[in-house]
Amino acid sequence: MPPAAAPVGDSANAVVEGQYWKANLRLLGILMTIWFVVSFGAGVLFRDWLDLFRIGGYPLGFWFAQQGSIYVFVALIFYYSHAMRRLERKYDLED
Amino acid sequence: METQTLIYLFVGASFALYIGIALWARAGSTTDFYVAGGGVSPVMNGMATAADWMSAASFLSMAGIIAFSGYDGSVYLMGWTGGYVLLALLLAPYLRKFGEFTVPDFFGARYYSKTARVVAVICLIFISFTYIAGQMRGVGIVFSRFLEVDINLGVVIGMGIVFVYAVLGGMKGITYTQVAQYCVLIFAYLVPAFFISFMITGNPVPQLGLGSEVNDGSGLFVLQKLDLVLQDLGFAAYTDGSKSTIDVFCITAALMIGTAGLPHVIVRFFTVPKASDARKSAGWALIFIALLYTTAPAVGAFARLNFVETVNEQDYATAPGWFHNWETQNLIAWNDKNQDGVMQYRSGDAFAGAPVFTGETGPSGQRLVSNADAVGENEVYVDRDIMVLANPEIAALPGWVIALVAAGGLAAALSTAAGLLLVISSSVSHDLLKRTFRPDISEKGELLAARIAASAAIMVAGYLGIYPPGWVAQVVAFAFGLAAASLFPPIFMGIFTKWMNREGAIAGMVSGLGFTFLYIAWFKLWFPELDRPQNWLFGISAEGIGVVGMVLNFAVAIAVAKFTGPVPLHVRQLVARIRIPKGAETPHMH
Repeated sequence: MPPAAAPVGDSANAVVEGQYWKANLRLLGILMTIWFVVSFGAGVLFRDWLDLFRIGGYPLGFWFAQQGSIYVFVALIFYYSHAMRRLERKYDLED
Repeated sequence: METQTLIYLFVGASFALYIGIALWARAGSTTDFYVAGGGVSPVMNGMATAADWMSAASFLSMAGIIAFSGYDGSVYLMGWTGGYVLLALLLAPYLRKFGEFTVPDFFGARYYSKTARVVAVICLIFISFTYIAGQMRGVGIVFSRFLEVDINLGVVIGMGIVFVYAVLGGMKGITYTQVAQYCVLIFAYLVPAFFISFMITGNPVPQLGLGSEVNDGSGLFVLQKLDLVLQDLGFAAYTDGSKSTIDVFCITAALMIGTAGLPHVIVRFFTVPKASDARKSAGWALIFIALLYTTAPAVGAFARLNFVETVNEQDYATAPGWFHNWETQNLIAWNDKNQDGVMQYRSGDAFAGAPVFTGETGPSGQRLVSNADAVGENEVYVDRDIMVLANPEIAALPGWVIALVAAGGLAAALSTAAGLLLVISSSVSHDLLKRTFRPDISEKGELLAARIAASAAIMVAGYLGIYPPGWVAQVVAFAFGLAAASLFPPIFMGIFTKWMNREGAIAGMVSGLGFTFLYIAWFKLWFPELDRPQNWLFGISAEGIGVVGMVLNFAVAIAVAKFTGPVPLHVRQLVARIRIPKGAETPHMH
């Protein structure tokens, strides 16, 4: 595939913008992993094993599939929103 | 009759509210019509997104599907919420920063080609009409059961209401109407859930009730009792599924990624002032959605328990009123196989296929069907779509709760229909006319074209509601697979790579959409008799195949991009610009 192009922003900002984008990608990597683990991991792939445990009257895997994953999704979006705000302030790129 | 008066009152009042808001928020410019002026607050937009998102399928069908499929229903719960994480993290802020009116706008600019824009429009119209047909069925069901009007008249009334606020108000009218519709629908969903959860478990919060003990003195948890009761009757345990793990995985993924690729959802994030607001707004949207989605599994489980307990081994003659009401609507049927006058509810079918009523009544007064008996002892046929609507009646809740649910079901169907109509009309007036075939059209002319296109789309949707093709109900779920396989990959790569080019994106979209459509049509339209797991590709059903289509889209796009021309400099600069939140502005005409 074509080589990853160097930042095409106009000059001095390009370096800062590159750093900001890398930090964003790192954060996205972590959050998307959590997203995958709570839904596809706990709710689907490892559910039979998790069902050996209970949370209240819920088998744990079933709880992740029908309740827990959704709560984590909400938390992920708000955390990302907050963390990006901080990142944008750091690099002076707020909108 | 008192309940009936309340229903007219609630539904009438909610309709008056929607029309009042629409008149107050008329659209004066194309910016108003397409993106509500670009100044909607994140919380309001979150609420409007939630109403836009939660369709008749979420409100009416989902709890019913979960009630009758137990764990397998989880695919909808995770699938229709997890997509918001993808939206908030991967798409929404960048598309907002891009700052145009429609999803095909992004394709036109990022892939520097009218062809890419037109292919995106085709994908969008295809997805949106698939989706809208299901909303009309929802409107029809609510009207025919609760307002005792003919289904056709019900659809016409519904279309009239949408016409007023979508055509006059555009995105601006729709947004503020949807905020009101969200309030109506969530209230209508939660109130009966609180009541029923309290009746069954003593805990009014349904999310906790589902994890509590049943208050019948047995000391069993709700889910344990449900597993036992169902297994006694020959069903699979509620907390076990019958779908294979790979199928559950793929359907969940197709629904999630499809959610993130649905144009009427994406376009909602064009209405907030800034890129950071798009992230926040997605978070609020998911909170508002999660309120209903975490309640639905409880509603489903309680409804199933109540249904078994009030129907099984009941004399038909003394069956509760709701049973007869729904029987009159052709959505419940009782086939007294053993001629004992008592309803046996078991695993398996009561008869082959959907009920065909003969018009005669049997010895107990039941409506007879001409269908052939199915093997097994089960005598009760029930359409899953009725569970949410029937739930308050099954639990013998007061009349105003039933009236509220009727108004809520209509709010859910109408709000989604309006959002879909808007993306269809703007893709015609803006993407096809203004940006492709008639670039010299004035703003006034474009606004008029948008209104005409919205009116035409309403006619088509109404037609689909009155003469629903037999496969409508199934096909709604496929809109997600199509969106995942066609629109998501090029949007994602358009933001996260600078090297994905026009040729790659178009080839990817065409192959992803083509493959997914053919696979679905093969098993659902042309050869339904072959639709069995052993014939499926990798054991993936038509509902989950969008994921394979998506992988194909990515693969074809990357391969083609490798052998074709580089991306022009101004497009790479555009990508650099949309990645940075600084400098967002209100969408405007160029």
